[in-house]
Amino acid sequence: MDFALTDIQEMLKDSASKFINNAYDFDARQKLSASDTGYSEEHWQLFAELGWLALPFEDQYGGLDGTAVELMVLMETLGKGLLLEPYLSTVVLSGNLIQRLGNESQKSEWLTAIAGGEKKVAFAGFETASQTDITSITTRAEINGDSVKLTGKKPVVLHAQSADMLLVAAKTSDDDIGVFMVSPKESGVTIAAYPTNDGGRAADVTLNNVTVSADARLGEGENATDAIGRVLADAVIAVSAEAVGLMEKMLNATVEYTRVRKQFDMPIARFQVLQHKMVDMFVEVEQARSMLYYGAISLSADNGVDAAKAASMVKAKIGSASRLVGQTAVQLHGGMGVTEELDVGHMFKRLTMINTLFGSHDAHMDALIKAEQAA
Amino acid sequence: MNTDFTEQELAFQNEVRSFFENELPESVTRRLKAGLRMDKASQVDYQQALYEKGWAGINWPVEYGGTGWSATQRYIFFNEAARAKAPRIIPFGLNMVGPVIYTFGNDEQKQRFLPDILSSKVWWCQGYSEPNAGSDLASLKTKAVRDGDNYIVNGVKTWTTLGHYADWIFCLVRTSDTGKKQEGISFLLIDMNSPGVTVKPIITLDGRREVNEVFFEDVKVPVENLVGEEGKGWTYGKVLLTHERSNIAGVATSKQRLTDIKGMLNNPPAGVPPLKDNSVLMQRVMQTEVELTALEYTELRVLSSVSTGKAPGPESSILKIKGTEVQQALDELFLELAGIYGLPFVPEQYDDEDPSLKLEPFFAPNAAPHYYNNRKVTIYGGTNEIQKNIIAKQVLGV
Ligand SMILES: Cc1cc2nc3c(=O)[nH]c(=O)nc-3n(C[C@H](O)[C@H](O)[C@H](O)COP(=O)(O)OP(=O)(O)OC[C@H]3O[C@@H](n4cnc5c(N)ncnc54)[C@H](O)[C@@H]3O)c2cc1C
Repeated sequence: MDFALTDIQEMLKDSASKFINNAYDFDARQKLSASDTGYSEEHWQLFAELGWLALPFEDQYGGLDGTAVELMVLMETLGKGLLLEPYLSTVVLSGNLIQRLGNESQKSEWLTAIAGGEKKVAFAGFETASQTDITSITTRAEINGDSVKLTGKKPVVLHAQSADMLLVAAKTSDDDIGVFMVSPKESGVTIAAYPTNDGGRAADVTLNNVTVSADARLGEGENATDAIGRVLADAVIAVSAEAVGLMEKMLNATVEYTRVRKQFDMPIARFQVLQHKMVDMFVEVEQARSMLYYGAISLSADNGVDAAKAASMVKAKIGSASRLVGQTAVQLHGGMGVTEELDVGHMFKRLTMINTLFGSHDAHMDALIKAEQAA
Repeated sequence: MNTDFTEQELAFQNEVRSFFENELPESVTRRLKAGLRMDKASQVDYQQALYEKGWAGINWPVEYGGTGWSATQRYIFFNEAARAKAPRIIPFGLNMVGPVIYTFGNDEQKQRFLPDILSSKVWWCQGYSEPNAGSDLASLKTKAVRDGDNYIVNGVKTWTTLGHYADWIFCLVRTSDTGKKQEGISFLLIDMNSPGVTVKPIITLDGRREVNEVFFEDVKVPVENLVGEEGKGWTYGKVLLTHERSNIAGVATSKQRLTDIKGMLNNPPAGVPPLKDNSVLMQRVMQTEVELTALEYTELRVLSSVSTGKAPGPESSILKIKGTEVQQALDELFLELAGIYGLPFVPEQYDDEDPSLKLEPFFAPNAAPHYYNNRKVTIYGGTNEIQKNIIAKQVLGV
């Protein structure tokens, strides 16, 4: 048993922190967020050079064979800078899905293009507010010989506006789901783009009788439900790692702030009630980190742990910890905590939005309860 | 012990309901129907409609133009206003400086200021907090130095809510550096148009301009704008703070919001899955209802023991603590119902009659900005930690 990082993981962590420290201070991040695209193409190319865009892919497609543990290490570090680039949508969601579901030619074309920074891909999958159940989608794919006609609406697709390709999940029958590669330029595709509540970008994608060729379907016609479920678990690890990084940073920022801020002629950190609140934050951060490790190790080892259950446990813990840590950090900053002036507020926003991505605390707790009742 | 309404109270309820249904200004109903926030003009229209009805001075005694309403009537009014989703009443004039002036001001000040407060002709803001005087308000440093018939004011106020709309600001200023900190503070009324006053925005987490910094540089303020005695400002200001606290609970609005949440659970808007069978969420919904119901009775108990025009005692801190906790619990429930639809940031949708993008379900994109912004309620009006210090000291005596 060993929780230490391997040399390769340490290197990954170092290069990510170097990048965040050099290129991603708070002001630079806010400028990027306010720019037209909302992220930097230059950074993206740098990520390709550093190998981050190839992290989870198999060696034969130019990948680094990274597991959930490597993904966790990278995301935690990048998360601390409140990263804006479409890493989650292109690599974690779309890249992983192509790898799990795609056929040889799709994999060799697209994984290589993603790894090289040439193409970005967005996942237009879930349709309901809770983002946990792919089987409830209503987008339809009508297969007619060599062509497929897609109709439906995909709300809040992360980074759809900057994607070269969309992965659209659609029902080919009542109980079969296929994933289709659709160019955003295809006629019948509309993209209503907007910024998001955490400074990022997303869009509503509408497909109105969009016709693509039958070989736009990922794989060889197999049902995509399981692959999507497994990619969802990877995505949970990725955003949970981001959350743990953010929580740790918010705890440190709060301790620092209360040491410096004086009221009643003393640092407010002297008030015992605030000390206990910060201890509660600390306990939650540690518990969240432990749960994250549990999830990342379970998913990377394929050690018989049910991936969906592990992901639900992780996301539930991250959700409850984020709530306490985020809210307490803001409260202890007083008025400063609710302004856009400090990074704490922006970390609070991202932490809050992470809870809504890929199933909230309540959604995953409920799933755990129902699974237990059914067992 | 009973909470039944009398015949007269029921008649009053009908009258209030009919006002909200039929007599709101067109600028207000138009925005309410479209789900838009009030802008300055419609906010003023609303408060002037209340004034014309004779309902502006809800907590004021009759002799100053107030309603003289009983606790029950006020309860009825706020419930009906919340039911109609009427705008809130901006408190700075009507609930804060007004009561201070009619309680501590001289006749000349009452005649000069009260009518325009009551009719919302003049917009007031509150200048208490400073960058280094938040929870420790008594350490405030903005100085007012007597110079003939004027005070010369220098300093910085911060977190001034809607100061960019305001015509006047009521300030706690330091008139003496000797003795106890609290004893050197005075209550001064300052015209925002005076030379030397500058207002700078502070942007809150919802991306909006709600608060400001207000700078005073050699601002001349006539001595007749001092309320009460020099050095007594702290006492006046504290009375005002307890008024602020009891209105902070927002029980009626919270009840309406809980009703809205239950409505969405029963009839989910398009895209929101049926969450009623999520036992974890339902536990939170019902917990909130239990706390809110208890709070409503706590508030009724407190308010029915206070006569019209007076401020409640330190027990009003309970209302602030619980009221704000319930508000924030409701914010979290809205966020939960919004789910992923809460991710888009489209504030135009709530400000413009004809926004370039309008997303459904309509409430969802506002859930997060509101949640972020509303973390303020446990911070302003004296943080909840400070409220607990007050209860510990003044109620429990420890
Ligand atoms: C949106 C908004 C609107 C506002 N509007 C106005 C306005 O219109 N006019 C106005 O004058 N002010 C206004 N305020 C200011 C508000 O009253 C102050 O923010 C508040 O008093 C807290 O002060 P602070 O922000 O300096 O926090 P601080 O006092 O620095 O507090 C930081 C943290 O320390 C804690 N703390 C401090 N002292 C103690 C103690 N003794 N024991 C335990 N914990 C302690 C606090 O509870 C808090 O968690 C507004 C604030 C906000 C956020």
